[in-house]
Amino acid sequence: MADLIWVYAEVVDGKISRATLELLSKAAELGTAEAVLLGPAPDDAITTLSQHGASKVYRSDDAIYRDHPTLPAVETIAALIASHRPAVMLFASSYGGRDVAATLSAKLDCGALTDVGDLTLTGSAIEATIPALGGSYQNSATLTGSGTKLVLVRPKAFEMRPRAVPATVEEVAAPRDAALRKIRVVERMTVKREGPQLEDSRVIVSGGRGLKAPERFAMLQELAELLGGAVGATRAAVDAAWVPYALQIGQTGKTVKPDLYLACGISGAIQHLAGMKGSKTIVAINTDADAPIFQVADLGVVGDVFKVVPQLIEELKKRKGA
Amino acid sequence: MNIVVCAKIVPLASVTIQIDPATKRIIRTGVSQELDPQAAKAVEEALRLADRHGGSVTLVVMGGEDATVGIRSALAMGATAAVHLSDPALAGSDALGTSKALAAAIRKTPFDLVLCATESSDSYTGLVPGQLAQLLGIPPLTFATALTVDGNVVTIKRQSEGGYDTVSAELPALVTVTTGINEPRYPTLKGIMGAKKKEIRKYTAADLGLGPGDVGPAGARERVLTVGRPPARPPGRTIKDEGDGGKQIAEFLAGLKLV
Repeated sequence: MADLIWVYAEVVDGKISRATLELLSKAAELGTAEAVLLGPAPDDAITTLSQHGASKVYRSDDAIYRDHPTLPAVETIAALIASHRPAVMLFASSYGGRDVAATLSAKLDCGALTDVGDLTLTGSAIEATIPALGGSYQNSATLTGSGTKLVLVRPKAFEMRPRAVPATVEEVAAPRDAALRKIRVVERMTVKREGPQLEDSRVIVSGGRGLKAPERFAMLQELAELLGGAVGATRAAVDAAWVPYALQIGQTGKTVKPDLYLACGISGAIQHLAGMKGSKTIVAINTDADAPIFQVADLGVVGDVFKVVPQLIEELKKRKGA
Repeated sequence: MNIVVCAKIVPLASVTIQIDPATKRIIRTGVSQELDPQAAKAVEEALRLADRHGGSVTLVVMGGEDATVGIRSALAMGATAAVHLSDPALAGSDALGTSKALAAAIRKTPFDLVLCATESSDSYTGLVPGQLAQLLGIPPLTFATALTVDGNVVTIKRQSEGGYDTVSAELPALVTVTTGINEPRYPTLKGIMGAKKKEIRKYTAADLGLGPGDVGPAGARERVLTVGRPPARPPGRTIKDEGDGGKQIAEFLAGLKLV
């Protein structure tokens, strides 16, 4: 019998998250893919999951999972794992996925693998490839013990591959213990995101500390629009409150893999490189010839970003006009 | 209000961290270390809460003898006291082993609120806060960009994929803070002098009732098998801007049919 590989399914922005579908694609490759979907979800959620390889969905639409994060989900998943004993359970490195996996790993006393880029399963032994220290190392690691292996996967680690299978749905009962309601969501604020989203963009123009002031991001916005892309930023730029957190790329922000990554005034701290090293083509502009960003750039220009970027904008406009 | 801050002492941000291929651990000996900048945000947030509501701030750190410098800098910022879990038997613990040791130490002190960074700057598994909350039996409120305490209720603005959520829980609770939450204070000279007199309580694994099944390499569920380097990117080309840098980029992009 094929190994049971579970995926913790999440709803983000009103639909099953892309990361969930990427994990399901990998799960179906490793064994029999099944999903656990807790809390309110869109009507087509089960169909979406089955179209990406889930042959079974453990499901509760109880609002407790939405209104009281983490603890009810951990309780339900721990009970499901005890009765079905999947070989592996995959979680996205999302806010919710990280919380549930961490808490569950202590409840089951089993630990977890984090930041996983790839994994193989041989018998009951799991081996994960983990980029460490901002991707300057690539290690392999395993989890000991005979129970279910909990694995938190890096964003964009696996390709999403549609693979339609018939799915059965097993309804699960939501827990009623009052202690599981300790964490309460009082309010949700959705910040309206305009223009192309970072995660889906084929071109990203990104800025760092070298831009020196928030208004300089307007220049990057113009360049991004000319290239049909989105604007990103380093943690330094976000911490300085020049741009919102949603634009942050790197270890503590988003991981992106665009066709073109244009780094403007970015030195290339390992935490930033961790989030963009997988880009197909990298172009960097920086005044410091020794900046680490040049070590990963396909084309590096040592120069003043305030001279090079305006010239590039003019040049692209000329080419567009021609 | 009694606040506990869990902090890690990590190699200086300016140091290129290396992994020892033999032990498969981060090389910490002979490397200058500091209070993790992410943990400093948790210390700062704790000090602000203590200023507003009164109470103590106790730092809990697990690490070798050379962690003392980092511990002193948190005390110099204003933390009341520190607990240092220092024992060769604790070295090589995985995240869960670390969480068990921290939980055992925290249980020895009265606490209302536990603050942590969302993850450490060196190993960044991000597992410890959730594990710690589960072991202590308190709710984890995570990814806080703002934090307030009103009576016995803690409320945070929690980062979410689409914006943020306002999330609350009754104390005792654990909160993880993001790096944007505040700008940590610099220790004053008076603070630095005062820190030398503050108590650093030391615990061994045995003091905490922990054995090899819980902590150290034997207790670890996570095991590093191999340490390696990723495949290198093919080398690129770096040019100096001679007044035509922008044009050169445009040409390069055109050559790749990216424009």
